[in-house]
Amino acid sequence: MRPTFPFFKPKEETDKSKIFKPSRRDFLKVSSLATGGFFLGITFQCSGPKGSDLIFAPNAYLNIDADNLITIVAHRSEMGTGIRTSLPMIIADELGADWSKVKIIQAEGDEDKYGDQNTDGSYSVRMFYEPMRRAGATARHMLLLAASQKWKVAMDDCYTENGMVHHTESEKSISFGDLVSEVQKMEIPRSEDVILKPFSDYKLIGKDIPIYDAKDIATGKAIFGADVDLDKMKIAVIKRCPVVGGKAISVNDTAALAISGVEKTVKIEGAGLPAGLDKPLEGIAVIATNTWAAIKGRDALEVDWDLGENKEYDSAAQLQEMLKSTEEKGKVRRARGDFEEAMNSASKTIERTYELPYYAHATIEPPAAIANYSNGKCEVWAPSQHPQWARGAVATALGIEVEDVTMNVTLLGGGFGRKSKPDFIVEAAILSKEMNGPVRVQWTREDDLHHDFYHALSAQRIRASLDGSRKLVGWNHHTVFPAIGATSNPAEIHPSDGELGLGCVDFPYDVPNIRIETHESKAHTRIGWLRSVSNIHHSFAINCMMDEVAEARSIDPINNALEMLGEDRNLSFKEELDGDFSNYGESIEEYPWETGRMKAVIQRVAKEAGWGQRLGGNKAMGFACQKSFLTYVACIVIAEKGDDGKIKVSDVHYAVDCGIGVNTDRIRSQFEGGAQFAHGLATSSAITFKNGKVEQNNFDTYLITRMPQAPKKYHIHIVESMEKPTGVGEPPVPPYAPALANAVYKLTGKRQYKLPFSI
Amino acid sequence: MEKFTLKINGESKEVTAEDDMPLLWALRDMLGMKGTKFGCGQALCGACTVLVDGEAMRSCSLPVSAVGDQEVVTIEGLSENGDHALQKAWVEHIVPQCGYCQTGQIMNAAALLNRNPNPSDEEIESSMAGNLCRCGTYNRIKDAIKTASQNI
Ligand code: FES
Ligand code: FES
Repeated sequence: MRPTFPFFKPKEETDKSKIFKPSRRDFLKVSSLATGGFFLGITFQCSGPKGSDLIFAPNAYLNIDADNLITIVAHRSEMGTGIRTSLPMIIADELGADWSKVKIIQAEGDEDKYGDQNTDGSYSVRMFYEPMRRAGATARHMLLLAASQKWKVAMDDCYTENGMVHHTESEKSISFGDLVSEVQKMEIPRSEDVILKPFSDYKLIGKDIPIYDAKDIATGKAIFGADVDLDKMKIAVIKRCPVVGGKAISVNDTAALAISGVEKTVKIEGAGLPAGLDKPLEGIAVIATNTWAAIKGRDALEVDWDLGENKEYDSAAQLQEMLKSTEEKGKVRRARGDFEEAMNSASKTIERTYELPYYAHATIEPPAAIANYSNGKCEVWAPSQHPQWARGAVATALGIEVEDVTMNVTLLGGGFGRKSKPDFIVEAAILSKEMNGPVRVQWTREDDLHHDFYHALSAQRIRASLDGSRKLVGWNHHTVFPAIGATSNPAEIHPSDGELGLGCVDFPYDVPNIRIETHESKAHTRIGWLRSVSNIHHSFAINCMMDEVAEARSIDPINNALEMLGEDRNLSFKEELDGDFSNYGESIEEYPWETGRMKAVIQRVAKEAGWGQRLGGNKAMGFACQKSFLTYVACIVIAEKGDDGKIKVSDVHYAVDCGIGVNTDRIRSQFEGGAQFAHGLATSSAITFKNGKVEQNNFDTYLITRMPQAPKKYHIHIVESMEKPTGVGEPPVPPYAPALANAVYKLTGKRQYKLPFSI
Repeated sequence: MEKFTLKINGESKEVTAEDDMPLLWALRDMLGMKGTKFGCGQALCGACTVLVDGEAMRSCSLPVSAVGDQEVVTIEGLSENGDHALQKAWVEHIVPQCGYCQTGQIMNAAALLNRNPNPSDEEIESSMAGNLCRCGTYNRIKDAIKTASQNI
């Protein structure tokens, strides 16, 4: 399967869904998951290769058994967003199920059974809200029909609640389980006969619902990647080439093999260059009977590397070159009016540069995967965000058919984009084939930080020109960063349209002259996507500059943003772009850029935070806003200077419009967590390269936020909306760093142009 | 290889391992107890936290040979039915996101409440500083510890 980026989502997938009774064959395929009872398959239309017919495949299953147990197969990976709870909640609510009797089972990675399962790009709820509702409503319709026939009453006089069908007048009731045998004999109703509940009838959707796995997690029973245990399983820890693209020339494994528990060393052929997004790096695996022996064995290996063409790579030097390039004219990606002219006749032009480092994902669970190969077939267990991509990559690496790979998805100990890449899973598969038995590949923290798919380092230059009446009349944004695509194709030396659609060319403000340009840069390591992707750097630069623009105009930053968003209207950037506007894979007609919704979240956050009030000398507020993943977010950070001169964040306010909020508690938790995640990006984390190697090794040098530094209080204001639901996993991240920087400026008088900045 | 008899969750368990093997790997690989997690291996993240004689210890950095006859408690043994005040508070506040760091967080919090049944915000923050959560659940962890401290 071709690598897919989170924001290159084919749209067709959500368009149609179909509910059906699975054939006996389908039933057998998942029969280990659900035993007997009434069984319903739900299929969402999946896009096939361009131009081909669209394929229908069941994506989810719903089973109701005679004991009233409802089983829902969750086909999306759980990495902390609560999706394993939110999607079944939608089905259960439409159905009128007793939520305490709903069991959720994780689907294996299988495109035939479940369609696309890539859990990336904050789109699970966005894509599956309607189909899940329809599935629940269809089952409800059938249960109501069965009960009404039994009681010989009108179906319209019956309703479902808490796993029962009730008749309004007679107060008769019957459990779903007691209707199973009747329902089994029924045909699936025509979709036009199935009526969705009005929003006001929902008991779960729009409420705070505890996540399904909370107790298992709190008791240590939840199964993550490395927790899967197979009989006779060996453990592998790998010494990978410290420079991307390098190769092993010679290996001395004598000392490693002398360690008790170490059984063998195996060379893994790396992809070389380009490194690709789904291939392992060159490395020597130490196979042992336990993890500790494998770690010690790996440390004892002596490898002579040919470090390859990145061996002198220095990220600080590249960043300086990138910065320098922004002084020149670049490739114009968006143009409106004549920026040059505007700048020449401006009374003032503010010119600033912004620098951001590489970031590593640093999920607390380092990558780990288990593979069991025998007789030409391979079964895999892994914390994968994109199980089908992994399945295909494993099949390719082993030279077997995709059908011969079974992909089991465990819980993910954090994903943030790292675990969509299947490189670590392919390693396990290769080693299992070599050993002809089960192998777990265990990455250490050092492995994780040294061999990630990093968020790209970036340089930006913005020129903002004001005319004599202090109106912003010109906007010139240069952005340069190695593209994700460059990891697979070195010819990609400019950021892609998709990456620019993440907070750069979708600059929403009403400025008569705009020019957005990119410059060349190469990938010297593996570039991937990290929670909100290029929005991170674009939002930082734009929101910091807008704060300076407001200051130069002597206008309050909130009023400035509101004024510059202009009249309520839908923006379309297309006509001004050289290239496509990705709009997160959705059509701009269906998901327009609505200035009114952005203004509403800005006004809401200002009101809730008490923007403008006097806070006293040691406290200040900073503001930023960013639409990303189709969700509108405005953020106010309140920073406080302590007696020791250190700055802490006392409060974070977010106003968010993500359309219909399915599980409001998980929306809040994503925003709380997003702020803490972004706090690290803003104030402490950075990956740097010297001589081609990453300089950070563990959490003593790659610093992520710890409890004492984290913001103290969160205030998440969710706009009540009946619009289509949109993502919440990534949107909290982009506005946080600039809001903090703007608050810090008010406290200290010092602007921030580089991340991370220490406070 | 040596044979060690460890006291874990009130039971005595035998492990045959190299004497430098961290307790973490003895628990996970030799005893099949998977609730204690690996995050950094260098006592920097707290995912592997267990109680040793009631104190929080990073099991990734504690050689199995150094445990001796001290009482080890892991998440599996914190309560009989998963109903320790902290576990209940964790569910009540819906603390976990991905959940990976949470068993370590709970064990560290248990040690904190052992020595300080009523910690202030600052005391919670400084005691929990060694436990990383990448998903960002610190605020709820704090709330849950406070709730648990009322119910213990
Ligand atoms: S794994 Fe022990 S502290 Fe991180
Ligand atoms: S809940 Fe994911 S790391 Fe803490």
